[in-house]
Amino acid sequence: SGGRPGVPMESADGAARTLPSVGRLSRGPPFGRAQGWLGLSHGGQLLSPPTPHSQENADPQRTAFLLRKQWTLYSVTPLYRFYNTHLRDYARLLSAFIAAEKQKGLAVEVGVELDIKVAVSSIPGLKGSDRDPAAILVQLSLRSASSPKNAEEKLVWSGCFCCVFGDHLSENVPEDFTCLPLFLVNGPESYTSIVGTWFQKTFDCCFRRLAISPLNLSWMAAMWTGCKVDKTTSAVELIFSVPCLPYPLDISYAIHPEDAKALWDTVQKTPGEITQEEVDIFMDCLYSHFHRHFKIHLSATKLVKVSTAVASAHCDGIIKFLQSKYLTGLLMLLTELAISQIQ
Amino acid sequence: HLTTSLPLPSERDHLRPRIDLIVFMIDIKSKYSLKNVEASLAHVDASFFLGKVCFLVTGVGRVNYCSVEMNAICKLGEVYCSPVLFCELELEGIRNATAQRLLRMLQICAGHIPGVSALSFGTLMRNSADE
Repeated sequence: SGGRPGVPMESADGAARTLPSVGRLSRGPPFGRAQGWLGLSHGGQLLSPPTPHSQENADPQRTAFLLRKQWTLYSVTPLYRFYNTHLRDYARLLSAFIAAEKQKGLAVEVGVELDIKVAVSSIPGLKGSDRDPAAILVQLSLRSASSPKNAEEKLVWSGCFCCVFGDHLSENVPEDFTCLPLFLVNGPESYTSIVGTWFQKTFDCCFRRLAISPLNLSWMAAMWTGCKVDKTTSAVELIFSVPCLPYPLDISYAIHPEDAKALWDTVQKTPGEITQEEVDIFMDCLYSHFHRHFKIHLSATKLVKVSTAVASAHCDGIIKFLQSKYLTGLLMLLTELAISQIQ
Repeated sequence: HLTTSLPLPSERDHLRPRIDLIVFMIDIKSKYSLKNVEASLAHVDASFFLGKVCFLVTGVGRVNYCSVEMNAICKLGEVYCSPVLFCELELEGIRNATAQRLLRMLQICAGHIPGVSALSFGTLMRNSADE
């Protein structure tokens, strides 16, 4: 364990300003999906994700692009009249839109004349159940206009719409709508803004930054600590932001992965199942240990980031996937979070 | 009287006026505040739980800063037979409204409202929350 001041984190104001409704309906779990982990209700349980429909067909090459990159998360409301068969047309229209925006002076690259090439493709293997629509990937590449033939294309921005086990959103939505509630972005904000605007105008949808509460981050910490990883080289690191100080102060708490896993293994009763109580006990143990050494109550601070060998997540809705083995499970959880933010 | 935890220091017992209402404040952004309240509850005489205790949950405006599970708080209210109020201190309107509610409750608990006892009022609040 260690404590050192860190850089202040910017906070995204995606916070929903609503009073929680205590009598919230719990969504029926077809596969015993987690409800409590969102801090919503009834002692929550999480069962390990059911086998994705095309686990065998999913080309790991096609989903490898998700790994080891930092993705900013958004929730997206259902897209109106979005058709999987028109992807080339959408690429053309988006390309024209970007060119028009550039003309207007909202140039994203100053100086050299650069062409932005737009590619929109579908990733059929990136989904949960058969009922999920296939994921859609939007990629922007820069191509030098001076030598168009053999020019190297440089990928500058990627955006991926996906839905992993999002039944309870799609079953409540009329037929003309496509539900792809989770949007992952990698690249400059300026492009995100343009692409987002185009989608909002074209499909009448709404994007919102997906924030992850400390409660959900602690679930992720427990879940990911319990995952079996081949070579555990990276520590389990938790970063806390200390409130009510005139200067920003972050506390970083790093735990040896084997110690963390050993602790979790003593707490978890049923393999493949996690309860809110178990997460609480796990976190309380970590907090007590820290308090014993540093006399600081981490439970009074805000958990802002969790990093493990499996993945890392920040409360502003920034995620990094490190293991392809757990990708589907992670996307399923993030889909849940996105749906929860939409509803 | 405002305090960060119970029990109150015994040296001042003889100077203290009668306590009519105890409001336990839980900050939804701080797990520590929940633990603190849970520990303090053990020091409260059982007679207070007949309508003279309530829980006030603050910070509910920002759902994404949530460090405490809502279910745990509601369960606390059930176990201790006391109402749970929600409030966002940062919003002046809600702050004022909550203060007025607490004041009203205090008047009842102090016996200033004829015909309404702390116990009957507490029961009324709990029943309406369940619906």
